[in-house]
Amino acid sequence: MIATGASIQNAEVMMRAQVVQGRSLWVDARNRLLRNRAAVASMVLLGIIALMALFVPLFWPYAYNAVDYDHISCAPDWWPEESVMCRAGGLHIFGTDDLGRDLFVRILYGARISLAVGLAATLVSLFIGVTYGAISGYIGGRLDEFMMRFVDILYSLPFIFFVIILMVVFQQNFFLLFVAIGAVEWLTMARIVRGQTLSLKQKEFIEAARAAGVGTFGIIRKHIVPNVVGPVIVYVTLTIPTVILSESFLSFLGLGIREPLTSWGVLIKDGADQMESASWTLVFPAAIMAITLFCFNFIGDGLRDALDPKDR
Amino acid sequence: MAPILEIRNLDVRFSTPDGEVHAVKNLDLAVGEGECLGVVGESGSGKSQLFLGAMGLLASNGRATGSVKYRGDEILNISQNRLNKIRGSTITMIFQDPLTSLTPHMTVGAQIMEALRAHQNVSSGEAEKRTLEILDLVRISEARQRMDQYPHELSGGTRQRVMIAMATVCGPDLLIADEPTTAVDVTVQAQILDIMRDLQKELKTAIVMISHDMGVIAGMADRVQVMREGEIVEAGPVDEIFYRPKHTYTKTLLDAMPRLDRPMREGHVGLSPLSTISADQQLLNVEDLKVYFPIRSGGFLFRKTKPLRAVDGVSFRLRQGETLGIVGESGCGKSTLARAILKLAPKSDGKVVWCGRDVTFSNDAEVRALRKEFQIVFQDPLASLDPRMTIGESIAEPLRSLKPELSADAATQEVRAMMQHVGLEPASINRYPHEFSGGQNQRVGIARAMIVKPKLVICDEAVSALDVSIQSQIVDLILKLQAEFNMSLIFISHDLSIVRQVSHRVMVLYLGRIVELADRHAIYEDPRHPYTRALISAVLTPDPKAERSKSHDRLVSELASPLDTRAQLAFLKSHMIDDADAEQYRPQLQEVAPGHFVAEFDPE
Repeated sequence: MIATGASIQNAEVMMRAQVVQGRSLWVDARNRLLRNRAAVASMVLLGIIALMALFVPLFWPYAYNAVDYDHISCAPDWWPEESVMCRAGGLHIFGTDDLGRDLFVRILYGARISLAVGLAATLVSLFIGVTYGAISGYIGGRLDEFMMRFVDILYSLPFIFFVIILMVVFQQNFFLLFVAIGAVEWLTMARIVRGQTLSLKQKEFIEAARAAGVGTFGIIRKHIVPNVVGPVIVYVTLTIPTVILSESFLSFLGLGIREPLTSWGVLIKDGADQMESASWTLVFPAAIMAITLFCFNFIGDGLRDALDPKDR
Repeated sequence: MAPILEIRNLDVRFSTPDGEVHAVKNLDLAVGEGECLGVVGESGSGKSQLFLGAMGLLASNGRATGSVKYRGDEILNISQNRLNKIRGSTITMIFQDPLTSLTPHMTVGAQIMEALRAHQNVSSGEAEKRTLEILDLVRISEARQRMDQYPHELSGGTRQRVMIAMATVCGPDLLIADEPTTAVDVTVQAQILDIMRDLQKELKTAIVMISHDMGVIAGMADRVQVMREGEIVEAGPVDEIFYRPKHTYTKTLLDAMPRLDRPMREGHVGLSPLSTISADQQLLNVEDLKVYFPIRSGGFLFRKTKPLRAVDGVSFRLRQGETLGIVGESGCGKSTLARAILKLAPKSDGKVVWCGRDVTFSNDAEVRALRKEFQIVFQDPLASLDPRMTIGESIAEPLRSLKPELSADAATQEVRAMMQHVGLEPASINRYPHEFSGGQNQRVGIARAMIVKPKLVICDEAVSALDVSIQSQIVDLILKLQAEFNMSLIFISHDLSIVRQVSHRVMVLYLGRIVELADRHAIYEDPRHPYTRALISAVLTPDPKAERSKSHDRLVSELASPLDTRAQLAFLKSHMIDDADAEQYRPQLQEVAPGHFVAEFDPE
């Protein structure tokens, strides 16, 4: 017998004693991430942008769709260029667009859409990609072969054609944007997860779990997925900017968001149309988008360094 | 006589995210002309960092201060250019892993010649001649063909010899060998040590032998320094250290070292005698077990598959409470055999009878039920634990999947009791594997295997990756638990000394077949098969006089490829058909004494 009376009593004594809290790899990674200045600054900046996008429009004096024919394409008051047609005045800190709408609040609305598309499409790709990749990699054999060839086929479909067809068939549905972009982005995710799974599968702790009687899906859920999260999370932070760019690209082509709603892609397109007469309509949306993408990339880099097992 | 290398007040520090690590503390050391200095210590003692620091090879976060003089000239922290003139020509180094130390895309010959031509102005013809000579000196057969081969085409032992050749081709004064034989088999280890001893005699090279293994040091060194936590705790001539150790740490090290000539572990938990009652209880009966892996070879269209015979017809019985030791060199199929019994690897043929029940063709559900009864402890304690799980979760895992009826509280309760049982603080239940040392992690691995109270536990090299002092503690623990639970053990190891200490019977495997199976004493005192004899003679003892007087009847041949069907008949050449693909005769086991089985072999 293992549990003799004495040892049970002992165990109870220990139960009451203070249990030492372990330092998980996540805690280590978080500490390393928090020491990375560029990543922390990026997170703060990104947080500010997201919070502003959420809350500032609630009390901002101008609505995103309020047309003002008295201030068409007016520069902000502080704009250094002398030869502008008019000054917007008031709280139009980024000036107005060709319909006299406040550019600042439109950029914030654009941020809402762009970030939402980025997050949602990434989550879709994350969910499909991780499940698909882990199953394919862990079970292996014929199933793996079949699943990966299917991914190859999807890879070879031209993305833009795919989206254009979807958009034409279902009209310009906002929801479809998420689906279309997510449906393409999960392919790479699945490949990454499969590759990681293949190498994890060789590890002794997977064999130990099998010896402990854990079933196939238990192993995938408890041992494979938590261990691929590291590389996956890095890829996620690098996917969000890609998705934002894809959305902008589609909107730029006129396939994405419809007026009066807007996204960064739409704003940049409108700005590009009149960049000679009203350059600020291009400069501001483009700058905010560039900053956001920079932030995501810095965070991705920071995460990769923080999660790199070689550091340990 | 002035020393070749003189180290004064050497300090090595590393700055890590978790604070500064002081690896070598203010250390003095000198190596004289032509002598062999042994530096012995357990992992983390700073023995490698000491010489890496002295040679300017520290990782980028490391810093060395103090003074290192080579023939009177300061070489610590001098420019890389000047260092490179010394490193690789007059002071050379050999590392543990010969595969990672050789460039994979260059042929062996080219690499040796590169080392030579980087330091000496010789013509290519001359370089080739010298390379051939040196390969001959390290006893590489067919040196001319070997020169055109790539590192991955060579066996581990040959690779290490190439490393030695590379290190000696420029005729160095000092050769620093950092655990040169740790990654190779015992028979190969013996050969490599022989070569190094001869080189020292012929070329008058001074050698620094860094090792954790007292046996290696005993056979090689003239003087010994014992290191612990960055400091030298004891230094002296080899006989002094081994026969009259003064420091308690040296004594502990010597005491912990398993010795083939001392099967009884004085002062430690002994092997429990087999009770006569259980003697008839057959727990496991393995009959003619075969595991073949299909290996594809050949061209693009007409691909052939050849079977790799990892385990080729192994039969044995195991009784309740008995320990069967399985020894053999790497590639002999000992791990595959264990995994086939545990149904972690697919078997090709044969029968496994468990407690009188034929479980050869059990389906998945039946196998899961069986997992309660047999468990495994792995070699690498860290790799066999999920890094993202707390050790409590890891230990509880078999309980959760094999005894789902247990409540979470009851399971935690059992985990705590088990942790205490294996000598772990139950309060550390929420810690993670990376916070523990190797020995502690191996205790976790053992707790995890024992928690379902199995009848059979397979220890697959369970103590091989641990330091000797930890090793003996873990062996104590395993023996203690075995006696308490009356378990059977299959103890797999390449280390014959440990196997002798813990096993009732010992099985020697060679290329997937049993060559000898006998009682623990009979197999060492009366080995019949030439392979068993070679294995035993290759084992090192921490006894300098015994090592020096040892006759060197070494196994000359390298372990052949298991794809070649002739290989199994290396000791029975009279029955061999000279064709690598032919179906060959298999040497049969014969009972030479009661309970002592030996495979057929040609008398010499």
